[in-house]
Amino acid sequence: MTPELGQLALILALLLALAQGILPLIGAWRGNRALMATARPAAAGQAVFVAIAFGILVWAFLHFDFSVRYVADNSNLELPWYYRIAAVWGAHEGSLLLWILILNAWTVALAAFSQKLPEVFAARVLAVMGLVAVGFLAFIVFTSDPFGRLLPMPGDGADLNPVLQDPGMTFHPPVLYMGYVGFSVAFAFSIAGLLGGEMEQAWVRWARPWTNAAWGFLTAGIVAGSWWAYAELGWGGWWFWDPVENASFMPWLVGLALIHAQAVTEKRGSLRAWTILLSIFAFSLSLLGTFLVRSGVLTSVHAFASDPRRGIFILAFLTVVVGGSLLLYALRAPKVAGGKPFNVVSRETVLLIGNLLFAVASAMVLLGTLFPLIGDALNLGKISVGPPYFGFLFPLLMLPVVLLMPFGPFLRWGKGEAAPLKGLLLRIIVAAVACAIVAAFFVDGQLKATVGVAAAVWIAAGTVLFAYKRWREAPRGRRYPAELAGMLLAHLGMAVFVMGVLLSETLSVTSDVRMAPGQTQRIGGYDFRFDGAHRTTGPNWTADQGIIVVTRDGNKVGTMLPQKRTYLRGQVQTESAIDAGFSRDLYVALGEPMDAGNIQGAWSLRLYYKPFIRWIWGGGLLMMVGGFTAAADKRFRIKRSVDEAARTDGLLAQETRA
Amino acid sequence: MSRLLPLIGFMLLVGLFGFGIWWNTQHDQNEVPSPLINKPAPAFVLPRLDDPTQTVSKASLLGKPYLLNVFASWCFACGEEHPTLMAEGSQLGVMLLGYDYKDAPDDAKNWLREHGNPYRMVVADRPGRTAIDFGVYGAPESFLIDAKGVIRYKHIGPITPEVITKELKPAVAALRKESP
Repeated sequence: MTPELGQLALILALLLALAQGILPLIGAWRGNRALMATARPAAAGQAVFVAIAFGILVWAFLHFDFSVRYVADNSNLELPWYYRIAAVWGAHEGSLLLWILILNAWTVALAAFSQKLPEVFAARVLAVMGLVAVGFLAFIVFTSDPFGRLLPMPGDGADLNPVLQDPGMTFHPPVLYMGYVGFSVAFAFSIAGLLGGEMEQAWVRWARPWTNAAWGFLTAGIVAGSWWAYAELGWGGWWFWDPVENASFMPWLVGLALIHAQAVTEKRGSLRAWTILLSIFAFSLSLLGTFLVRSGVLTSVHAFASDPRRGIFILAFLTVVVGGSLLLYALRAPKVAGGKPFNVVSRETVLLIGNLLFAVASAMVLLGTLFPLIGDALNLGKISVGPPYFGFLFPLLMLPVVLLMPFGPFLRWGKGEAAPLKGLLLRIIVAAVACAIVAAFFVDGQLKATVGVAAAVWIAAGTVLFAYKRWREAPRGRRYPAELAGMLLAHLGMAVFVMGVLLSETLSVTSDVRMAPGQTQRIGGYDFRFDGAHRTTGPNWTADQGIIVVTRDGNKVGTMLPQKRTYLRGQVQTESAIDAGFSRDLYVALGEPMDAGNIQGAWSLRLYYKPFIRWIWGGGLLMMVGGFTAAADKRFRIKRSVDEAARTDGLLAQETRA
Repeated sequence: MSRLLPLIGFMLLVGLFGFGIWWNTQHDQNEVPSPLINKPAPAFVLPRLDDPTQTVSKASLLGKPYLLNVFASWCFACGEEHPTLMAEGSQLGVMLLGYDYKDAPDDAKNWLREHGNPYRMVVADRPGRTAIDFGVYGAPESFLIDAKGVIRYKHIGPITPEVITKELKPAVAALRKESP
């Protein structure tokens, strides 16, 4: 009975979402305050019903209700409780439910924090969020019901994909969705702005913290996904330019552009149309990500069930949302280039160049991701472009960004001066070159690694010098407002990231070896001694576990226990052993016994020495913290002053007349 | 006009996605198209691994279908595939021909001795030249070749029990239907 209540709750949520999406819009159009006021209660009610549905699904998992098909497909009696909760979003239906739950969380937060927004505007913003929710709830109710029954009820269920049975994977989807869905706020603000026919600078300021927070979440989600791929897939890589990874990377890039474009529009009033367009793109790419992953239109290492009916639904939804928004943009976008004028040498110029490069990079990733599809369409056969394409073009597009990064903060808005930059340029060149020369000795003169150190120092030196400048020039207590501190952290994160990528790419050592018990293999100055393998068991798996003792110059570094697990339903999963460190990771994946069946004998093993790889995720986390810090700036909080309130009422009166 | 550009670009994308969905309903996603499918296998003459003085050629194998399995002792994924071949190779209904690719003969022999030898016969292609004719770009790869020497099915990557039941066995059954 209970699962049917879940279904009912979803249908009620859908009806409330329709109310939330339509009534306030009519209210804003007709100037009817009663209709506008329906937005908040409808959003709250919808959130309650979705939360009930989600809770019922969690309950079904915790209580092994295998009469629910989704539960039977993704869990079994031996699955530990924490993975049973993670299993809720382990497959298609549940992950959509999570999507909508998170959308509701954002909407409720927005409803709560938008009390001081002009009434008409808030009504429109919440209505747009409601319309997005309608699309997703209809998708769940009509094509992806998580509460479908399975009769007769099986005694035990299948298993959660073992690839997903990892702590990293437990957090990855919710955090990633927080980012995807978070861009819906900036989107809703822009659409509301277009609907109202005005693009007030103040509205962009209110949208900014939401964008920064969404981007922070997206960064965290991508970092978690990358970490998971590294730890779990046993390939030792951290990024594969896989379509599903690209699907999260494109909104990240556009979101990055949007953060900076919003700063320009908010402070100077310029680039308004561009900011609106980027808001639409960031959210569209989030939807596109969902489409690419869920429709099976592209195949990837992420094996998701695909169903053409679902694909058609999402495509139709995407067409309505994105097509409609872009049509609205074409009709209503600000016609005149507004805002204060700026010179060639100004902060605006630097930010605009960065913006364009991020947008182009995102388009480049989109093209590469869709290339197999284009190949099919033009009958060129199966082509996919893969890492050589991305690996060449992406760094090329990011090079100017890295070069310009230190100068942005130093330049003034509107009219900058080139002269003071000369001193800065000299300092960071000296710092970068000096560090590169020192580094060259440590990396045996490898060009790419040396360049990596130079680039990282280039960014870091610029950022630190700017922080020092603020320290000297700004009055105590106002040196580092949250927005500025967030920028500094994120830029430093970029430096750390660049260092990690280039050093780990060049200096990593991989070795596929066959080792008998007692044998030793030396990699990157570490001695890996294989002490044989034995059988071990976990809650829902058995595993062959190898024992590798690592020493360096005779001193023991650690014991590594890579496993090859066999889960209850026969799926085999490699569990790599990783010895993490500040300056290097040691990584061992267990291959096959050389003598089938004899696990005491020799094994094939894959050994990695990966210097500085942790810096990649460290840099990502710094960027995330930067995004959240900037979002917390007090300046973005809405203060409804008297004249704003007056203007709102005037606006309302004006709209009523029209 | 320029404000319409994003919309036009997006509509092009929608067209492409619509096509993609249609295409996927028409085609099997796991199908790896090879220009060689339903074409005669390239002619080859290769020495046997166990006795290099004897050679095996395409002509000498005509008359019976066989599964040509490209493997190598250095190949990690071949180790994953091997237990499957050991367990189910004899029940495939076609001869299993091992194709040792770019490998030192002694390594290959040791490897087969340690892991077991599922093959009726093994040929060695040490320089990997014949493999170019087959379009091999990595091990393991498998080719199902019929009695007339035509390639009927190709699989890239390790053969798993699932591949055998879902793809290989139907392909073998299709061969049987034609020439009982």
